[in-house]
Parts: sequence; C-alpha cells; structure tokens
Amino acid sequence: MNVTVIVTMKPTVLDPQGITIQRNLEALGFPGVDGVRQGKYFQIQIGDDLDESARVSLVERLAGDVLTNPVIEEYRIVWE
Amino acid sequence: MKFGVVIFPGSNCDHDCYYAIESVVGKPVEFIWHQDTDLEGFDAIILPGGFSYGDYLRSGAIARFSPVMGAVREFAAKGGLVIGICNGFQILMEAGLLPGALLPNIGMKYVCRFLHIRTETTTTPYTNVFEKGQILHIPIGHGEGNFFADEATLKRIENGGQVAFRYVNDLGEPTPGVNPNGSLNNIAGIVNQEGNVLGMMPHPDRSSEGILGSEDGKLIFDSMVQSLTVV
Repeated sequence: MNVTVIVTMKPTVLDPQGITIQRNLEALGFPGVDGVRQGKYFQIQIGDDLDESARVSLVERLAGDVLTNPVIEEYRIVWE
Repeated sequence: MKFGVVIFPGSNCDHDCYYAIESVVGKPVEFIWHQDTDLEGFDAIILPGGFSYGDYLRSGAIARFSPVMGAVREFAAKGGLVIGICNGFQILMEAGLLPGALLPNIGMKYVCRFLHIRTETTTTPYTNVFEKGQILHIPIGHGEGNFFADEATLKRIENGGQVAFRYVNDLGEPTPGVNPNGSLNNIAGIVNQEGNVLGMMPHPDRSSEGILGSEDGKLIFDSMVQSLTVV
C-alpha cells in the first residue's frame, strides 16, 4: 500500500531555501512570483500484512517522530 | 576527570576534540562509539562536528536515534556536562536536549571562516573563566546554523540567561552584518535551563592552540575542567 507524506515548514518559520529560489526566479526570467516555500515529499510503501490501524499508527509515528522536526515543520499524510 | 568524545558515522571533528582535550587541555579522554550505551566513569561528553549519518533528512535527525543518545540524555538529566559543537549542536536540538532548531543558513551558503563571538553569561560550566562580554576569535564551518525558536521560546531563552554566545563585530556589537547565517538575535550558542548542556555552532576544538590561529576556544574546555574540579 502506498502513502505520501508531505513535510513543509510551518508558516511562521522562515524558509531560506524558498527565499533563495524566489530571489533567483526573477533573474532567470520568471517575474511576478511573490513567494516560494520548499518542502519534502516522501512516497512510502507499507507492507500489506499490516491491518489498517497498525498502518495508520506506523505512518503517524514515522511522519511525526522522524520525517518532521516539530519545532519548524508540519506534515500532511495522503493515503492512496 | 574523564572526557568522552562520541563518534557517530560521519563525525569528522572527533579527533580534533580528542586532540584538544588530551594534548592541549591535558586531561584524560576516550572515544565513545555511537552504539555504546554505558557512560559510567565519564564526567563530560563532547558531541563533535561533522555530518552524522550523512545528515540525511535533516542535520542530526538520524543521530538522535542512535543508542548512545539514550545514555547521553540520562547523563545530562543527572547533571553531567554535555557539549555539542556544530553537528553536535544540531543533534542536541533534534534530541530535544536544547530548545529551538537550526535552519539552513540564509543565502544557502556553507560558511567557513573565523569570526567573533561574545560571551553572554559567565555562570555556566562552559564560561566560568570568562569575563562577561569577553570576545572570542573562533571559526565556524556549517551550512545549517541558522538559529530559530518560536517567539515564546526565544523570550524564555533570552530572559533565562540561556544565550551563551552571540555573533559580534570586533567591537563586540551584535550587528546584522556580522551574523553569518541568519540566526535570531545573532545567537551562536545556548545552554539548557539547568546550564549543564551547551550547544554552539563555532568550533572551540579548531581554536584551542596558537598554531590554529586562535586559542580562545580552549577557554571553554578550561571552564569545563574548572567546574569539574571545584566540588
């Protein structure tokens, strides 16, 4: 079973990567971009032998404890 | 008195730290493998700089799960001295032993050079031989040292005297121009509330004897020795 975890910087946290991309876009010939924020995208395959509650708890723990630093980031889980 | 230097896969300042303690400070020191869980007999633990576990995901994100970190957490809870330098600082934050987080540098550049930091408190075990406001000439070398904390946490750190070092110009002023990475309030190093855990981006290990360009960093190790000596 496939699941996607999207990790983004919290809106209140400055994103140096996004700022750097945005600053350079105009020089690259893409004017008019007011903001860019960069995040991470994880495609994860979960074994079919786990039942639904085990899958949910596994991915929640993975997303919350490993893939995200809760001080600066937040996550969204998208089940397929 | 015995120091321990933790080696994670990808640590690369472990020998710098070992050398500084053994040959410059002149105290016993041993390496600690990241899979060890016994810190019996150690008085101070150093988490050195480098790229632990390749720094994949986030700097320090994997290292905090290594077996030794459980022991380091217990060691710190009992009041043991734990200093994290550069990647070690990142690991301590990921492990929740220090508040805040370290973001990528503003401008996304890896910055490697000497600069000045100012001692903000002399009451910690890491700064007790300093005079308040003393300026250190010390190098940094990092791509993710941009100190961040939410407003409430930052206020608590500032008001609680937890800021140990700040980036300053050669007159000792924390101007935006000398901030190498975008850190909030020019913060270069902080201690926990109890004061026994220090994290800092600059490298005292790389500035511990004259031949390296500065011996100011040695004063941090001297402070640790002093606080471990005075019972």
